[in-house]
Amino acid sequence: MAYKTIVEDNIDVLVAGAGLGGTGAAFEARYWGQDKKIVIAEKANIDRSGAVAQGLYAINCYMGTRFGENNPEDHVRYARIDLMGMVREDLLFDMARHVDSTVHNFEDWGLPIMRDKEKGSFLREGRWQIMIHGESYKPIVAEAAKKNADKVFNRICVTHLLMDEAKENRVAGAVGFNVRTGDFHVFKSKTVICGAGGASNIFKPRSVGEGAGRVWYAPWSSGSAYALMINAGAKMTQMENRIVLARFKDGYGPVGAYFLHLKTYTQNAYGEEYESKWFPELQKLVGKEYLDPEVSHLTHRPIPTCLRNHCIIHEVNAGRGPIHMVTMHSFQDPHLEEIGWHNFLGMTVGQAVLWAATDVDPKNENPELTTSEPYVMGSHATGCGAWCSGPEDISPPEYFWGYNRMTTIEGLFGAGDAVGGTPHAFSSGSFTEGRLAAKAACKYIDDGKAEGITVSEKQIFDRKEEVFKPLEHYKVHRNEIVAGTVNPNYHNPRQALDRLQKLMDEYGGGVTVNYMTNDKLLSIGLKKLKIMEEDLEKIAAQDLHELLRAWEVKHRHRASECVLQHTLFRKETRWPGYYYRGDAMKLDDENWHVLTVSRRDPKTGEYTMEKAPLYHLVDDDEVAAAE
Amino acid sequence: MPTFVYMTRCDGCGHCVDICPSDIMHIDKTYRRAYNIEPNMCWECYSCVKACPQNAIDVRGYADFAPLGHSVRVIRDEEKGVIAWRIKFRNGEKDLNLLAPITTKPWGSATPDLRKETAPTQEQRDSQQLYSEPKYIRMDDGDVHTLESNGLKMKVGVYY
Repeated sequence: MAYKTIVEDNIDVLVAGAGLGGTGAAFEARYWGQDKKIVIAEKANIDRSGAVAQGLYAINCYMGTRFGENNPEDHVRYARIDLMGMVREDLLFDMARHVDSTVHNFEDWGLPIMRDKEKGSFLREGRWQIMIHGESYKPIVAEAAKKNADKVFNRICVTHLLMDEAKENRVAGAVGFNVRTGDFHVFKSKTVICGAGGASNIFKPRSVGEGAGRVWYAPWSSGSAYALMINAGAKMTQMENRIVLARFKDGYGPVGAYFLHLKTYTQNAYGEEYESKWFPELQKLVGKEYLDPEVSHLTHRPIPTCLRNHCIIHEVNAGRGPIHMVTMHSFQDPHLEEIGWHNFLGMTVGQAVLWAATDVDPKNENPELTTSEPYVMGSHATGCGAWCSGPEDISPPEYFWGYNRMTTIEGLFGAGDAVGGTPHAFSSGSFTEGRLAAKAACKYIDDGKAEGITVSEKQIFDRKEEVFKPLEHYKVHRNEIVAGTVNPNYHNPRQALDRLQKLMDEYGGGVTVNYMTNDKLLSIGLKKLKIMEEDLEKIAAQDLHELLRAWEVKHRHRASECVLQHTLFRKETRWPGYYYRGDAMKLDDENWHVLTVSRRDPKTGEYTMEKAPLYHLVDDDEVAAAE
Repeated sequence: MPTFVYMTRCDGCGHCVDICPSDIMHIDKTYRRAYNIEPNMCWECYSCVKACPQNAIDVRGYADFAPLGHSVRVIRDEEKGVIAWRIKFRNGEKDLNLLAPITTKPWGSATPDLRKETAPTQEQRDSQQLYSEPKYIRMDDGDVHTLESNGLKMKVGVYY
């Protein structure tokens, strides 16, 4: 291997992946560790990376405590009901009590936040969302990280975490390669904050061919947050809780501002309200505790996102699709029409392109909605991720082992998609989690917990061999054939991704099987993933770009395996509309009012599954926040 | 929507290569011009379009569902702090011009360098506060929320 090895030693805080979570971590670490060495390793360019690369038109998590709007416990209640009860309330409360200060910082740094001229508060889109002109959201937060980190390494695909050889189960840094130069980068660090992304493209997308990149979540979100941690032996939680989104058809434009601010609503192909007629039967599946439209109406408790998906899916199956978003009324108001377009341009330009291409003017025509393929992530309306410690003043003993947002691996912290059980964090909450993790990481070092970390040359050498193996495999086997992409000894990264997506779709409950799976399908899926793992050892990359894709598909594969293990373990249908267990269609609170936790043994590859207690720290009764 | 590059406008400067989050804008070795090497991993995030000093990069709707003949163009002006969009429909009936601010402050000027802040006290280190808190949470003298401060008690009971 001709590629150079570049070692960055004596790092205190390594931030792996600098989206909103990672930027928050790098920024905050500087305050608590003014003398510490803080380094960022990012797969793309920190100025435009992560899920917020193209911008956002709303900050979806803002309490507004300052304006007397909400308190943290209100947000816990909201996220809890939306996730059918399954959340880490300590982590949620902790994120919610700090998130306002994050948003106030953003405004100070130049992020244009819209104001409610009458109230003087931020202009709300809904109870938890405020509206921004966020085209440059990512460049603005990147400034904060760049100014405060010692070094930013762009274009480094982090492939593995390094483990300490002096003490078991302690992290010691990370390795990766530069996708432009091919240099092998070794980061020896006392702590690592994993800010890598969740997983798009592990299920077959609805789009095909040239359009395969048209997915809801960024196509560069390759599940690395999960794969890095799973491979290192961290415990994971709620990995079965994949998300399906209801979005504008094909373009996947956001619907939040449309529903909440523009006051649009949905109807079926024949102009009928369809949602309520599916509720009685659905209530039999999930119980009155989770779906009671009358109570929801009185308390403004929302109908959980997954259950609303269920109604769309079933109405379409009944032959009354497509579902339309009724925009024709609202869009007669020129101001609302402009907001509708800006909403896309600020965060999902592709939807504007699609409407321009298909001559859909929402003023004269109600656009179609559809449900997306599933995604695995931890910061939207879903809570996949690592099993992390909570803060000392809130967490019960089972949720607390000393350092906030630390995973079950010592010195390894999570932020954003990496942290399990904290849905509805979105961008501001992810940045906040990064800040929380950074403070805890500095404390961990100051407490002397990271002393004497050892990484042998052998560990580094072995990883280097492994990282570049796809290039070697290509070189060895390429000349067996005349030309083209069909080779008996390897798959290229695209072929591997297609195989993974087909498998996950058909066995894991993707769109082509109507989100339906069962124990038999999941078991077959796991068996096929195991065989695929053998073939991934033979993946071939003809250049550095393909090497990047090879590692992305390896990470997606590992995340997928964990998803299927969890889905098999939870023998109930907890989130109808995200997926269905055909062999256990009912929500089963008696046996499954628990969080699921897995651990993959790095040596054997075997998974251990367990149930973890679900504490409801916040009671149900809501006291008006605006007292 | 996958990006593409107009041959006569691109001068091969590589700004798009530098910024593309998906690593798919590359420079063609023969023509020394940029091009999209992998349209099916393009998120139409417009990062490259906005970064191109020659306005050489554009986007065409995905072939699997978008007809030809439309355009969504953009100019992002960092100095003025605004972004301008022009959306032209395929049938020519709609031609929208939209303008939005992208920042309220000169770039980087308002971001604090935390090396220069007063170092946190031991009390702050031991508390639940983050940088700029509690001031930035409520903009008053209130401290961070705790279960107790919000009148909540940890509920007893483990649910298995």
